[in-house]
Amino acid sequence: MSEPLAPLRTSLDHRHLLGLATYHADEIALILHTAREFRAVLERPIKRVPTLRGVTVVNLFFEPSTRTRLSFELAEKRLSADVINFSASGSSVSKGETLKDTARNIEAMKVDVVVVRHKSPGVPQFLTRCVDAIILNAGDGQHEHPTQALLDLLTMSDFIDGFQGLNVSIIGDVKHSRVARSNIFALNALGANVTLCGPPTMMPYAAESLGVRVTHRLDEALEGCDVAMALRIQMERQGASLFPSLREYHQRFGITLGHLERHPDLRIMHPGPVNRGVELASDVVDHERAVILNQVTNGVAVRMAALYLLASQRVDA
Amino acid sequence: MDTHDHVKAHLMDADDLSRTLDRMARQIVEYVDPDTDAEGTNIALIGMQVRGVHLARRLQAKIRTFEGLEVPVGVLDATMYRDDFRMRLKQPIVRATEIPFDVTGRHLIVVDDVLYTGRSLRAALDALMDLGRPASVRSLVIIDRGLRELPLQPDIVGREVPTLPGEEVRLRLREMDDREGVWLVRRETPTHRAAAHV
Repeated sequence: MSEPLAPLRTSLDHRHLLGLATYHADEIALILHTAREFRAVLERPIKRVPTLRGVTVVNLFFEPSTRTRLSFELAEKRLSADVINFSASGSSVSKGETLKDTARNIEAMKVDVVVVRHKSPGVPQFLTRCVDAIILNAGDGQHEHPTQALLDLLTMSDFIDGFQGLNVSIIGDVKHSRVARSNIFALNALGANVTLCGPPTMMPYAAESLGVRVTHRLDEALEGCDVAMALRIQMERQGASLFPSLREYHQRFGITLGHLERHPDLRIMHPGPVNRGVELASDVVDHERAVILNQVTNGVAVRMAALYLLASQRVDA
Repeated sequence: MDTHDHVKAHLMDADDLSRTLDRMARQIVEYVDPDTDAEGTNIALIGMQVRGVHLARRLQAKIRTFEGLEVPVGVLDATMYRDDFRMRLKQPIVRATEIPFDVTGRHLIVVDDVLYTGRSLRAALDALMDLGRPASVRSLVIIDRGLRELPLQPDIVGREVPTLPGEEVRLRLREMDDREGVWLVRRETPTHRAAAHV
């Protein structure tokens, strides 16, 4: 597969991966390039390299997560790092310990890298001020989820010629989506055109200020679109009256086989987990132009790349 | 040549390099066992990124010309297996590894430009072992500059050049550089040992 973005640099300017808002296009290109080589490792009989031997990584998950935590843990283990897992339930957090104290206790255990997920935006940023370790954001509230956007970009890069002028539509609950925000920042940096689509209740305030086009009609979002990224309807927000019913949401914003037939080059992405029959018709999820499982595979490779490029900066350790 | 290089000796010009590769190609052919492997398919060259890849391709072409044998070439980047991860501020860029054949049971010849501390070769051996179980692994280098830090020796050597730690050997190839040949240089700005050419 051709590489749409050749890396122009060999290291990142950033010490942490808190979000993609401040990452330059060539930094993103370097991560994607590195991720492609790590992806090749995942195809080998021995899917493990000794690169991060002796580096200790803690996965600090204050919010439930299956796929992201597993993906990070697998990436860390494939790189031969020492991995500690921490989840908020059944931990000192439920005993009333503050975030700062939790972080400093973990730091006292000589940890090099902290992967953190938290329901409050800004927690990864806060941790950079409390501890010396490299911080990777695995999702903070409605702020950013940078590794998810990076894996989305890697997935796209496999079937596009370049990001410049690429038309990507993000459909669904953009307002509450950190995945959407990270994707908007990164796609803008790479020169792609982003369209947001969903009911007005799910559009962020002053969305156009993010440098995107906004529409409330799915047909308009899919016209000339190369990649449609459907976001998960969070069932736990059902009480918030963002739309009348799931059935009505599907009728207006759900992508169906009919859409795929009308747009023969359209690719479908979804950060998962999918609600079949809501964001995407069940047939669409299983369609050959849906690259949802490629996204999952790429998640491990992209996290390996981010860990590799960031963890090396712990030279004092 | 880098801007900070002070040339101390011109070790090989393009003709010297070509003659050296001719001799090496014939040495490789000697490894082919005519009884069990008349086609030479059980031997493979592993080019180390970056210049070892071009050297391996040239050796492949020469073996084809001399003997009519088609020896496969694989490309190896051992960056992920290096032992100096914590010593360098900036990571080397990870380049492609493409080995389009099964290494298990094959006689591999790892091709690189310069053998120095032996740490790259050590990393390459680990990387190859993770890909399978080769029948044997041999090392081919154009220049052996000594100063080994590990008990590894090359099997096929272009030229042995005793060097000092502050010096570097620069091999340049027309495939990717603006000149061809081998030079012994001294860097004007001292660099950290871990970042030196290995």
